[in-house]
Amino acid sequence: MTLNRRQFLTRSAVIGCSAAASPLLTPVSFAAAPWDTRLVVIILRGGMDALDMVQPYGDANYAGLRPTLTGGPDNGGLDLDGFYALHRGLAPLMPLWKRQELGFVHAVSTPYRNRRSHFDGQDLLEAGTAELGRSDGGWLNRMLQQMGGVETRTAFAIGQGEMKLLHGGAQVTDWSPDAALNLSPQARVLAEQMMQHDPLFHSALAEALDLSENESMTLDQSESDGGMMEMTMPLPTRGKSHLKIAEFAAERLRAETRVAAFSINGWDTHSNQSKGLGTALGRLSDTILALRNGVGGATWGKTAVLAMTEFGRTARENGSKGTDHGTGGAMLLAGGAIRGGRVHGRWPGLEEADLFDRRDLMPTADVRAQAAWIMRGLIGVDQAQLEQFVFPGLDMGADPGLLL
Amino acid sequence: MKVSPALAEIRFGCGLSPDLTPKGSTEDILHRLAGPDHMAAAHPIADFDSLWLLAGAYTELRRQRRKTRGTEAYEDVNEQYKIMRREARFDRTRWFGQLILRHSQTEDGFRERLALFWGDHFTAQGKTGLVKLMGAPYVETAIRPYVSGTFADLLISAVTHPMMLDYLDQNRSIGPNSQLAQNSNRSRGLNENLAREVMELHTLGVDGPYTQQDVRQLAELFTGLSFKHKTGFRFNAKMAEPGSETVLAKDYGDDPAQLGQIHAVLGDLAVHPATADHIARKLVVHFVSDQPDPALVDHIAGRFRDTGGDLAQVYAALLEHPVAWVPGLQNVKPPFDFVASACRALAIQPAHVNRANPRKLAKRLIRPLDLMGQPWEHSIGPDGWPEEDSSWVTPQGLAARMRWAMLAPRQLIKVLPPPDIFVETSLGEFADGSVQFAARAAETQAEAIGLVLSSPAFQRR
Repeated sequence: MTLNRRQFLTRSAVIGCSAAASPLLTPVSFAAAPWDTRLVVIILRGGMDALDMVQPYGDANYAGLRPTLTGGPDNGGLDLDGFYALHRGLAPLMPLWKRQELGFVHAVSTPYRNRRSHFDGQDLLEAGTAELGRSDGGWLNRMLQQMGGVETRTAFAIGQGEMKLLHGGAQVTDWSPDAALNLSPQARVLAEQMMQHDPLFHSALAEALDLSENESMTLDQSESDGGMMEMTMPLPTRGKSHLKIAEFAAERLRAETRVAAFSINGWDTHSNQSKGLGTALGRLSDTILALRNGVGGATWGKTAVLAMTEFGRTARENGSKGTDHGTGGAMLLAGGAIRGGRVHGRWPGLEEADLFDRRDLMPTADVRAQAAWIMRGLIGVDQAQLEQFVFPGLDMGADPGLLL
Repeated sequence: MKVSPALAEIRFGCGLSPDLTPKGSTEDILHRLAGPDHMAAAHPIADFDSLWLLAGAYTELRRQRRKTRGTEAYEDVNEQYKIMRREARFDRTRWFGQLILRHSQTEDGFRERLALFWGDHFTAQGKTGLVKLMGAPYVETAIRPYVSGTFADLLISAVTHPMMLDYLDQNRSIGPNSQLAQNSNRSRGLNENLAREVMELHTLGVDGPYTQQDVRQLAELFTGLSFKHKTGFRFNAKMAEPGSETVLAKDYGDDPAQLGQIHAVLGDLAVHPATADHIARKLVVHFVSDQPDPALVDHIAGRFRDTGGDLAQVYAALLEHPVAWVPGLQNVKPPFDFVASACRALAIQPAHVNRANPRKLAKRLIRPLDLMGQPWEHSIGPDGWPEEDSSWVTPQGLAARMRWAMLAPRQLIKVLPPPDIFVETSLGEFADGSVQFAARAAETQAEAIGLVLSSPAFQRR
């Protein structure tokens, strides 16, 4: 294919028209948002140790299993209810707990058992299916497919990592706050033309350009004064990227976005857990507080934040002051829409005979059922659709009462 | 087998260079791989073992810094510490520059690709001190010399390396009934991390024929694999669990525990039929397509089994099969490969890299990889980087590539090539009309070069 300049200009005009008509590039009106509540899902990658985040110090067997990782109020934990104590890494969230805007569900897990691989564990958590390989999309995307009025900006996957739980048929937006692409008009047309026969590249480019425009309007007003922004080398912000992500998410959620998902890494605490877990929980605390401050009081009242992990860790501490990959874990809930100030879930006990495989916290509920009830109550998704389509084959059981 | 030289260079090598003529046959590719490693000699990267003592000295300096805080001695110690840390960061940047030069200048591109592939298969990252910066020396020492030997030798080299033992916590795993545990009143015990990843990631694959019991037994058998900050790798029999262990229905180990028993189980895992399938599939996904053709996977796995994992034979099976040469560009290059092949297309010279200030080099070549989705030597887990095209061609990943493509070339070389010539030297027969047009119609030379590097034809292989 060789084009002369005249043909090129004609074609560009055609591309220009079709681009304007494309749903990807259509400006979204804020009034178009299909429902008014906000759901934020945070994936804690690496297998977060539930027994250290929410320490069951009232269980007679707890201290014996964890000679150096002993929690509870006598060891720096913050007492929650006389049975459970909170890891001090989450201390900044205690005001939320007291306002009943922070809660937990203990002893939950996906159906993943025995293999204890992070990668499969995360894939299953995000697929939302009973077994691996049953579906190539994620449960949060399938939830969107059940709802009318969903547009590209309704849901955001944020950050540099992949968020499989938002993959699938419903259009969602993937973006990282420091990624803006500001091409000259000519370079933009030429790039679109080069990529038009490669759908993967073409759609990624269209999204990048559109999001960059949004961003220069809403976030970088001062810099974009006087026309074109000068392009800079793609260098990531150093340090607090989780805060930038939370602030970016909050900004979107204040506008037309209703669902946001991102991940926080660093939970694989095989050794020296007391140090590593504290740091990771500090990041989680800061993230939740940045979300709360960013969306503001009124929107926070309509928000549910769910933080979930692929599996828990062994009940017993290992030989290196850490814990190995386990099964039962815990889910963190935050937001004005949740029924906080309590630890939900049925506690299975830590007697050796009560452990899963005589080593892990026994799961007493399916983490998918908890997420399903939240989507049922918060967004109004139909229960039959949740059990058959969003989480195929799930029995949601009785309502655990996680929402107000 | 006679193949398209340009496709060979792009799919199995480091891409096209204006200075080098592409190879015309699979025999030639394999012949060069069997020959000496010219690029390692021309653009050296430090040997891991020689740096090990330095890493120990750094840890000691850090300890002294903590101890002397608030005393007069602190200033002096802190100064030494800061110098050492800065030098180590600069070294890491220089090693990265050497990798870029190897990719830019080699006539044996398959070797560079294999070093990346196996370095990723055996992902290991330092956790503390200078070892965090020693990813390139680890691959140079533990992986690169073994890429065309037997898989068993490669597996043993990687799995028993201090970098791996540290990364997957093996150094802290102690037999519950070992001499060390008996003589200690601290809590001491087993850590399953390395044993699990050896079966799941390095050999049998996650769907492989093993159970949690096999993981546990292998973890017991591995006890004793350790390292010291003064001496490097050592087998410490005092850490080892006494008695024999059963892995995949075969007994290993005895009293006293010996390193040979660990080599034996790794040797058996290396030639297991499930390992052959796992490795064959990974090679096809990496070099050919995200949707691997079962006929090609079976052909390679068969050769792996027949030759007991002789990797030169395994690669020959890959390159001799027509499916490996399916026409049209397929997989998207990961960010490092994208940047390295762009440097090759730009004919970047040793002087460009070696004379550059390390800070500038890091800013131009290493940090941009973070936003492209591949922070260098920092993959999230021991499974390394993803292979799916969709993992790399995200809006933000593509934006970062395009920004780099428009800005970096003019900082990396003195004079940009004429765009109409650059299209031909960088894409060869894969330059289509829209890319040729973009190179001519762009408003500036830098945008023209950037657009060619941003084209799907350049980003795929």
